[in-house]
Amino acid sequence: MTNSLTGELTPSESIFEGLRDAGIDFIVSVPCANLKELIPMVDEAPDIIHLPVTREEEGVGICAGAYMGGKKPAMLMQNSGLGNSINALASLNILYKIPLLMIISHRGVEGEPIVAQVPMGELTTKLLDTMEIPYFLPQKGVDPADLIVRAWNEAYEKRKPVAVLLPIPFWRKQ
Amino acid sequence: MKRIDAINEIAAKVKETGALLIANIGIPCKELHYVCDIPNNFYMLGSMGLASSIGLGLALSRPDKKVIAIDGDGSILMNMGTLATIASQEPDNYILVIVDNRAYGSTGNQPTATSKNTDLAAVAKGAGNSNVYVVDTPEGLRRTLKSTDNGIIVVKAEPGNSDAPVIEMSPETILKRFMGISSRPSR
Repeated sequence: MTNSLTGELTPSESIFEGLRDAGIDFIVSVPCANLKELIPMVDEAPDIIHLPVTREEEGVGICAGAYMGGKKPAMLMQNSGLGNSINALASLNILYKIPLLMIISHRGVEGEPIVAQVPMGELTTKLLDTMEIPYFLPQKGVDPADLIVRAWNEAYEKRKPVAVLLPIPFWRKQ
Repeated sequence: MKRIDAINEIAAKVKETGALLIANIGIPCKELHYVCDIPNNFYMLGSMGLASSIGLGLALSRPDKKVIAIDGDGSILMNMGTLATIASQEPDNYILVIVDNRAYGSTGNQPTATSKNTDLAAVAKGAGNSNVYVVDTPEGLRRTLKSTDNGIIVVKAEPGNSDAPVIEMSPETILKRFMGISSRPSR
């Protein structure tokens, strides 16, 4: 589960490839140490609008506006930011049926050195389940790029937020 | 002046220019819907604090269109980071109007921090926005809206709501109608 099927791409490169394959053209980000390779890739892509935001909830609003403008939006974030976004995901995206792809570095699970990450780490899937937000996990034998494409397609078809949860072991190969 | 006076001026600019308009949660939405209900309006019914963010995302996605957001002091205080993010982009097609009536107008006019010492125009400037305007009359707002298509306009207003009725459209209808304009490629 640590690299793409080609075996040549780093985890960040395979996620980036998935974003390209899905046609994502508008990205907001709040950093996580695990996103430190991916964020510059997105920032340098000439056909993707990227903006760093101050807080994930703000990013949810910006992405909703981008969707209204005809873009395919995604947010790069840490799972702690899910807590910062819940009202917006419910009373904006779910209420109006607005798609959003959330690429989430899932901290506070296997391999987590920081104790403060654990409570939200353990709550993340429960929160997503409660909100009926579908989420995708990396699987052995599945190209992470395909995972991103499938997640965006589901977000777009169901007109709702969809998450891709990428836990600590996924990023180890960087 | 009151909020509805500001909304009247903004609606006039929207009708004249075909701008896209994002209206803040609560009574601002209802007042806009009451004075001028056109497909250029997006009525934000939830997600308090995010009108300015929706407007920014839309403006960046549609550089070929003018975008205006009507926000309030309480909402800006809830999402103050938006002023820094807007400053980091400064799209030349985006006006954020902050109607500062120093109160949470939709919930009973409880005072906000701007009724004490907070100066939102100074915050907007300090966040790095180069074009920040302060007006306190409908004429002043009209002049400023005529002279620019970008920046942040702080409207100093008195608290007070009109009797605008509830919006009957469903959220899905609001979005669909709005996107008929906002997502359509320009010719």
